[in-house]
Amino acid sequence: MQWLNAIIQGVLLGGLYALLAAGLSLMFGVMRIVNLAHGALAMLAAYIGLVIVQGTGVSPFLAMVAVVPIMAGVGYLLQWGVFNRALRVGGLAPLLAAFGLAVVLTQLLQLKFTSDSQSLQTGSLSIASIQISDDISIGVLPLITFGVGVVVIAALQVFISKAPLGRAMRAASDDPETVPLMGIDNRQVYALSTAIALGTVGLAGMFLAVRGNFDPNYGQAMLIFAFEAVIIGGLGSLWGTLAGGMVLGVAQALGSQVNPSYGVLVGNLVFLAILAFRPSGLLPKAVTA
Amino acid sequence: MTQAVVHPHAKVKRATKSSWVGLAVIVVLLLVAPAVPYLVDKGTQGSLVTLFSLIVMATMWNLLAGYGGMLSVGQQAYIGIGAYALVYIADTVGIDPFMAVPIAVVIAGLISFPISFLAFRLTGGYFAIGTWVIAVVVMEIVQQVPALGGGIGVTFNGFSDLTPGRRIAYVYWLSLVGVALAVAVTYWIMRSRLGLGFTAIRDDATAAASLGVRVTRSKRFVFVVAAMGCGLAGAMIAANTLRVQPDSIFSVNYAVFMIFIVVIGGIGTIEGPIVGAVVFFALQQWLSDLGAWYLVILGLLAIVITLFLPRGLWGLLSGNGRIRLFPVGYRLVPPVAILDVTHEPAPATSEG
Repeated sequence: MQWLNAIIQGVLLGGLYALLAAGLSLMFGVMRIVNLAHGALAMLAAYIGLVIVQGTGVSPFLAMVAVVPIMAGVGYLLQWGVFNRALRVGGLAPLLAAFGLAVVLTQLLQLKFTSDSQSLQTGSLSIASIQISDDISIGVLPLITFGVGVVVIAALQVFISKAPLGRAMRAASDDPETVPLMGIDNRQVYALSTAIALGTVGLAGMFLAVRGNFDPNYGQAMLIFAFEAVIIGGLGSLWGTLAGGMVLGVAQALGSQVNPSYGVLVGNLVFLAILAFRPSGLLPKAVTA
Repeated sequence: MTQAVVHPHAKVKRATKSSWVGLAVIVVLLLVAPAVPYLVDKGTQGSLVTLFSLIVMATMWNLLAGYGGMLSVGQQAYIGIGAYALVYIADTVGIDPFMAVPIAVVIAGLISFPISFLAFRLTGGYFAIGTWVIAVVVMEIVQQVPALGGGIGVTFNGFSDLTPGRRIAYVYWLSLVGVALAVAVTYWIMRSRLGLGFTAIRDDATAAASLGVRVTRSKRFVFVVAAMGCGLAGAMIAANTLRVQPDSIFSVNYAVFMIFIVVIGGIGTIEGPIVGAVVFFALQQWLSDLGAWYLVILGLLAIVITLFLPRGLWGLLSGNGRIRLFPVGYRLVPPVAILDVTHEPAPATSEG
């Protein structure tokens, strides 16, 4: 029964990875930018949340109401200030700019907040759980995180396929030369896409922060897991990313069950195995994002 | 670029006047550099070894990204493999440390070959994070091996019968040979057929493939060479610091260093990583009192250069490539001097 418990915890963890990966997929889908600063930006969100919670004493969940729009604004400015220009330079420039940004952001957070671990307290919620049997209990917080991950992915999926801006995003992705002929400014579409992506990063960063301890470098470690979720699930599929996150989470939980120091390693090996034997992922291109 | 009708008396040249000057500078440097251990103290020699290791890893990263279009964030895997292989072969197997270095380099190359098949499943930014994951996995595996000191690491005892002064001099000479080899191999690759192939791949991979350029094979060759170079850098670091710890030798900071060095110096040129390494090293020493601020300043510099000066400092110094210390391109010298058509390997412009 311990194994079943590990699987359930792993599935819930996968929701968090998918939540973090959603923004990564969105930016890649629209602009072909792999945002190497994604994890560092999640930590920026976590520290903004920390400042709000410590300054006002509100609950972390209320702080999210402020963190998400702040991060969306950061994304909008970042696209106009850095990425649109990097896209024009072309080649490796967007990747290099994102990488530079990741290092600068992580170092700045370290200078301001030190590399000591921080945490956001959620009071009684952090220990609340639903007891299913003697061995199996589901934490309320992981369940909420998982639910938010699913809702965000579903909302993005609907938005991209139905909303006018979503349509423009798909068009800018498919044919960036033709879109301006229709009177749409690609750069503005890109800026709004990055704003939405960083809004989801804001949520992901806050859920990372309430889940446990975090420090400025924690985000980049999580970026690796988010990326693995994307590849395991299959590029270009948001639901695939959720499936990939769950596979990765279960692999890590089962690995930890064998030996606490094996968790991350087993997850990484599962990722490499998928890369070797099923490089298009579990759900390749089910729905394009 | 000028449309030139090739006159029967037109010639294709590779070297320019500046490259003969460059050759003279390199010859002088190679004559003076070996005498350095007789002239400066141990600490300075140690710093020079660090600088040389930075030049080696930046040159290798440039070969991967600048010429091959493969942005790797995982070269620290081979730095660590080179360092661990040196310590294991010299201390446990008992081979002479100076013989152990080339063996360590070969081991790094051998391990990178199967890894390339995994990494090449991905392109662009996903290749970048994929190589990073592989580096993390290599570290996690090393941490599980008791013979390699597990999570604690190992101390290098191969030089314990040498006096400290003699040891650092030997390590300095070893590193000097290493850095000269790394630059020479890169120069040779870029002047060869393979280098011409890379220029073609960069301009249009599909067209290059249709003309018979073996795209994947060329990339795999460079991937393995870059791994060997980083293995060499790792062996140099281990011989210099005498201590190998998994967390630090596999640190992603090495990837940060090489990327910043190449971007600041000038991606896609042989001179760029050398200039960048010197600038990076000088800034690191100069800003050392500021602690982590030096990485912030370097990172901002790298972003600004990426966006506004894609050819880097060397592009600025050389007048956008008019000065070439290492002539790897072709120049058409027409009988009428005003026409100058250049065909020069420059930064990769397309991903993957």
